[in-house]
Amino acid sequence: MSDLENRRAPQDWEQSSTARVIRPARPRKLAKVPFVELAEGRLQGVVSSGSDIERVYVSSVAAGTYAFACSTNNNRPCGGARGSFCNHIRALVTEAVLQYGPERVARYLKVETADGERDAASLAQAMTGTRPPQADSSAAAAVFSRFLRHLAYLELAPATAPVPEMQWFPPTRAVA
Amino acid sequence: MRADLLTEPVTGLDEALAAVDALDRALVGGLLRPRPEQAAALAEVAQAVSGTPLAAQVAEAAGKAAAGSAGEDHFLLLAAARTALLGAAHDALMARVEEATGRTHAEAPATRPGAPGTANLLAAARSWLADLARAGWQGIDHDVVSQAAPVVTAMLPDPALRRLATLLDGFAAELAASCPGATLDRVPVRRWADLWSRALILTVPGAAGTPAAGTVTGRLLPLGVDLQEHATAAQAQVHAVLEPSGGGAPRLVRAAVSAPKPDTVVGAGVWQLLRPHMALLAAAGEGRSMELTDMPMTAEGDLLWDDAHARVGEPADAFATARVALPGAAGCATAPLDRHPARIAVPVFLEGYAVQRDDDTMAFTVTGHRIAVDTDRIPAAGPLTPEAVAASGACLALLRWDAGEFRLQPLAVEKTVRKKAVALHAGAWAGGTTDKAGAKAEKAATDAVKVLRERAGRLLRK
Repeated sequence: MSDLENRRAPQDWEQSSTARVIRPARPRKLAKVPFVELAEGRLQGVVSSGSDIERVYVSSVAAGTYAFACSTNNNRPCGGARGSFCNHIRALVTEAVLQYGPERVARYLKVETADGERDAASLAQAMTGTRPPQADSSAAAAVFSRFLRHLAYLELAPATAPVPEMQWFPPTRAVA
Repeated sequence: MRADLLTEPVTGLDEALAAVDALDRALVGGLLRPRPEQAAALAEVAQAVSGTPLAAQVAEAAGKAAAGSAGEDHFLLLAAARTALLGAAHDALMARVEEATGRTHAEAPATRPGAPGTANLLAAARSWLADLARAGWQGIDHDVVSQAAPVVTAMLPDPALRRLATLLDGFAAELAASCPGATLDRVPVRRWADLWSRALILTVPGAAGTPAAGTVTGRLLPLGVDLQEHATAAQAQVHAVLEPSGGGAPRLVRAAVSAPKPDTVVGAGVWQLLRPHMALLAAAGEGRSMELTDMPMTAEGDLLWDDAHARVGEPADAFATARVALPGAAGCATAPLDRHPARIAVPVFLEGYAVQRDDDTMAFTVTGHRIAVDTDRIPAAGPLTPEAVAASGACLALLRWDAGEFRLQPLAVEKTVRKKAVALHAGAWAGGTTDKAGAKAEKAATDAVKVLRERAGRLLRK
């Protein structure tokens, strides 16, 4: 669960109303991979096409099995994702490591790297080294709709009525 | 400030929290098939409120829950009992804070319910929260947790449901990141029970109201900015002293602006999101006062900010406000449902303290008494740092209480650089910055939002 260092005695953390459970995302450039998440047992996200501004790829890697899938938002299979990870999936891993930190990504996907080194390249190598199976693209529609839901947050109007509930969500200086 | 009073035990507090802990422990394992120790814990909760108007109903709810047959209304009653216990804890702690700061508060206003939200969405939220209670924190999995998403999505656009939606969204994200619960090596027991019970209470129609009680006119002197955020929401709350025009006692007030956000909008991006909706953020960042005319305000001292009722005033140094106006400013009452220790945030001014610092904790010794300093709450997108706090000679802070002790959240410090006092504010970048590091963060955040807006424009509504 928590990838935060335990800054206080364990009992204090358990009895804290404002215990920090997840670290905030680290800032990263979004142009190539506008959306990445660790959810539903997968590393999944959306990668912008390098050649067609209207097209995006929906890519995913399953935790544990590393079964991978990549297709366009119009459900056409990605030509590169045959037999092994395509460049979209590699970009997804790279950006996930930037956003969440290598430890959280490795733990979520259940990846053990040979020399304990954890960067995007070694994680991708450790996963492709197991010759992972290709998954069908059945999850793509759900991932894409989660991306649209994510984008829709920008369209929600700010408000000046107080939200006392936010008192339970202090910031943290810890980074992923 | 009398620091000695902040380190002495508060009568009855441990007993109230022990009953809260009992319910919290029962929620860890879930109430689908309660074990004998969970049944005993539930009886302890019922016993703790046996002298209150809730007694009979909570006793029945605890009995049903102990038998594994609690319905949604029974869970709501258990949440109500917990809320009442923490309300009592809040009152005892606030009495101590007022004694220590010498500040009084206004009379508690008569409560008025807010506008009731959409009943079917409230019912859906309550149903999800009941499922959580049955599963327990150790029983959560992706199937249970993901049920919150459609409810949150439907609620977020409705201003009347925004508070509950924001809470559920942050709570569900933590649960999702912690799945499966069976493999958790530790559980934020108090926190998740807090979020669960608060959300349940907010499913009662009308519970989340913040009606204006009137309007105020006068000079507003900002003290500092408190930032709160989770992955998909942020709120900036400005604490300030209001000097009513035409005389009258100065008052401590707050003004907040909040917004949902994509999780990739962070740091300076959060200020950019909030900034256009409250001119007060820029005024606080630049150290200026604002002149308010007929600004709506709740009975709890929350200004319902509208830029049309405010204009930028003269420069007003927050430390001058803290030294001159803060001691005589009256506090405000707290709304009944907001009476919770986590809600305590009282502006205080300190100087003449000694700083103790080890690896990752900091404390001030104030007249011989140690008070913890929560430097983790200082937002990263600002010039104030733990190092600056450690080197400071004067500090404007929010006095809070968590995990058994009072803590100080620094809002601003003064430190001496080449024999000159320099002030550093946590919210200095709220209105924008010319600082080199700040400007770089602003640019990166602008680019991130630009990409998301471009993607949204192209892909949404297709």
